[in-house]
Amino acid sequence: MSEIILTPKEQPQVPLEAKNITPDAFAGKTIDEIKELKIWHGNIQVALSEFFDVDGESAENASEMKIIIDGDVYNTKRIGQKMTAGEITVKGNVNMYVGVEMKGGKLTVEGNAASWAGQDMEGGELVIMGNAEDYVGAAYRGDWRGMSGGKITVYGNVGSEIAEYMNGGKMIIKGNVAIMPGVHMNNGVLIIEGNVVARVGGEMAGGTIVVKGVINEFLAGFKYIGVEKEIEVDGETIPGAFYKFKGDHATKGANGTVYAAVAGNGHIVP
Amino acid sequence: MEHIIKNGIVYDPLNKIDGEKKDICIRDGKIVDSVNEADANVIDASGKIVMAGGIDPHTHIAGAKVNVGRMYRPEDSKKDVESRLAGKRSGSGFSVPSTFMTGYRYAQMGYTTAMEAAMPPLLSRHTHEEFIDTPIIDHAAYPLFGNNWFVMEYLKEGDVDSCAAYVSWLLKATKGYTIKIVNPAGTEAWAWGGNVHGIHDPAPYFDITAAEIIKGLAEVNEMLGLPHAIHLHCNDLGHPGNYETTLASFDVPKGIKPNPKTGSRDAVLYATHVQFHSYGGTTWRDFVSEAGSIADYVNKNDHLVIDVGQVTLDETTTMTADGPMEYDLHSINGLKWANCDVELETGSGVVPFLYTPGAPVPSVQWAIGMELFLLINDPGKVCLTTDSPNAGPFTRYPRVISWLMSNQYRSNLIENELHKWAQRKSDIATIEREYSFYEIAQVTRSTPAQVLGLSDTKGHLGVGADADVAVYSFNPETQDPSSDYMALEEAIQNATCVLKDGNIVVKDGVVVNIGIHGRTYWIDTQLEEGIYNEVVTDVEKKFKQYYSVNFQNYPVQEEYLPRSTPVNGVML
Ligand SMILES: [Zn+2]
Repeated sequence: MSEIILTPKEQPQVPLEAKNITPDAFAGKTIDEIKELKIWHGNIQVALSEFFDVDGESAENASEMKIIIDGDVYNTKRIGQKMTAGEITVKGNVNMYVGVEMKGGKLTVEGNAASWAGQDMEGGELVIMGNAEDYVGAAYRGDWRGMSGGKITVYGNVGSEIAEYMNGGKMIIKGNVAIMPGVHMNNGVLIIEGNVVARVGGEMAGGTIVVKGVINEFLAGFKYIGVEKEIEVDGETIPGAFYKFKGDHATKGANGTVYAAVAGNGHIVP
Repeated sequence: MEHIIKNGIVYDPLNKIDGEKKDICIRDGKIVDSVNEADANVIDASGKIVMAGGIDPHTHIAGAKVNVGRMYRPEDSKKDVESRLAGKRSGSGFSVPSTFMTGYRYAQMGYTTAMEAAMPPLLSRHTHEEFIDTPIIDHAAYPLFGNNWFVMEYLKEGDVDSCAAYVSWLLKATKGYTIKIVNPAGTEAWAWGGNVHGIHDPAPYFDITAAEIIKGLAEVNEMLGLPHAIHLHCNDLGHPGNYETTLASFDVPKGIKPNPKTGSRDAVLYATHVQFHSYGGTTWRDFVSEAGSIADYVNKNDHLVIDVGQVTLDETTTMTADGPMEYDLHSINGLKWANCDVELETGSGVVPFLYTPGAPVPSVQWAIGMELFLLINDPGKVCLTTDSPNAGPFTRYPRVISWLMSNQYRSNLIENELHKWAQRKSDIATIEREYSFYEIAQVTRSTPAQVLGLSDTKGHLGVGADADVAVYSFNPETQDPSSDYMALEEAIQNATCVLKDGNIVVKDGVVVNIGIHGRTYWIDTQLEEGIYNEVVTDVEKKFKQYYSVNFQNYPVQEEYLPRSTPVNGVML
């Protein structure tokens, strides 16, 4: 696999939008051509090389290419948008919309990500080693068709309304979650290893949510089914004992499942 | 500025010109006999089609419900985005474009007039404010009368004269153009949580039926000598089996004499988006097309003109004053629903809708629209619409035109993309008729102009007409629309040259200049003072009792109209 190394110069005060930083956009181009790819700086288009040093070796196909962003790009948005193959690794923080509408390949952020990471994701793998803000793997504003495939893993904590309108794929949050994870979820799997503040699966119609930590406040629209051990989710066995709920019956014909660890969640069962 | 559009192949039905090579001369925004060729700007239209600017008699482009559609569908906005370029504003929206983009998109297709088909009177100021920001196109708005408390009370008492005075006052106060009737009695019933079924089911409390409202308002329309006929959205929209209600509604104003003070319409009824009203069966399971029965009625009767409301097979946004219908739709598709009750006047609803080609019901709806176009013999009785954005956005008109002109285009769609129901539940697959360019010019130009009462200056290229002209890069002498339908669609989507009031506004499909602001047509009827004052006093009293605004703050001042164009009615 050939590697392209983007070394960020100083991050500007006005954010950059760099949906051209994908193996798809780089494939088949020389280093000089890659330097000339356009990114947005506010409402002005500039060459990639204005904010990044570009080095390394290009490849003919996206699948044979790895892009390494060697530094912190906390004010750069839309890295990896619509990527279909290859790899991106960011050795720092990123701004909003990392991996939006991703279809394939692997994108790793070693630092933190701002909101809307993996919005409308269709395939591939997005890994965030640090924290992420709100709307991880959510639908575009107003849309009722969200993430449909692929896998998102966040090792840190996340904000509110993650997996909103999720339709497929898998999301794993190792840390804690704010409110309304899996709101309006229709399908797919959301696994939360930490704690949740409130309203898990609000108005969910389908799909599965597993919470291994503590849910502070649970919704009234879920029907308690009973305790299950060694639960099977997405072909995997998750050890331990869980309270099983079906809902959210605030939605007509709802058939979603929430598993909450028995340990620490006694207060949410009737 | 003088222009001469040279050598084009002209289709101008109002002047009986069918594909003749002819020069069109323009001076001071009007079509003239001749210009001084040495001074005039020459537009070479050799091998190209020349038509008058297109007229959309029924669309939803300005006002409160349209704006709700924009605001609550950011996911629609992102599907069509235009950035700010030379002299233009940025904009967005596929099914509900922003105001500026609405003007640009119509002009790019060679359309120069578009009518907002549902204006809640109380919200007319908002509608006109959006017109201010809608460039290029001439326009008018249709205030809603079919569930108005004053109208229902006057007609219940049999006081047609007072009703006429009220209508004339409201048209003036809202700067409105016609009597729009939506699900008469039904939207009022919705304020009580219900609906009416058929034309003889009375509204709660007011105890008046759709039939009585339609009849009364049709009489009022002719008493006032309005340019357009009553504009009716029938009861039971979108319900299987509704064609009987539709036929019964069509019969109600039959026999009333047309009496337009301006223009030359013969119709006393304009029935809109009839596709949604041509359904047989009793449920969605045994749902079938009854377009044949409707077309048969239209073929045999001369008192009405219809528009189709063709389904375009897109994801779109439905919006109408038919509040109960939108609730039904939301119950079917489960998508987000906005609803509004407009005090003493009307209501409305908004719901996104997906006309998926492979799905059974949308396939039949598509077929029904096409059947209406193809089974009604006289294009002088049909207007091309998609009830934009209800059955699809107006930007699909070029596609609808290509479907009408190419049996092959339709057959490919029916065989490869549509659900089998299109063939099983309608006759569309057996109809081979293809529209000519002359007939296209009828359903998009002359018929709407005539039925709107604007044919003196609109919808044709005769001397004295407004210089609204579209030139399309399609050569009927060398290209066959029947087989070259994709080229035709592209040619109409992006007109080669469009003039509005004699200014070139579009070149090669791009808006190059917005010219002068479009006209706002509205009705200014002079009435005998006695009855007018009596009615206004009555209205003022009701305002104090029921309205949330003061009587004095209600009327839209003429200052809101950048290019006010009043059309006079008659004395009572
Ligand atoms: Zn309409």
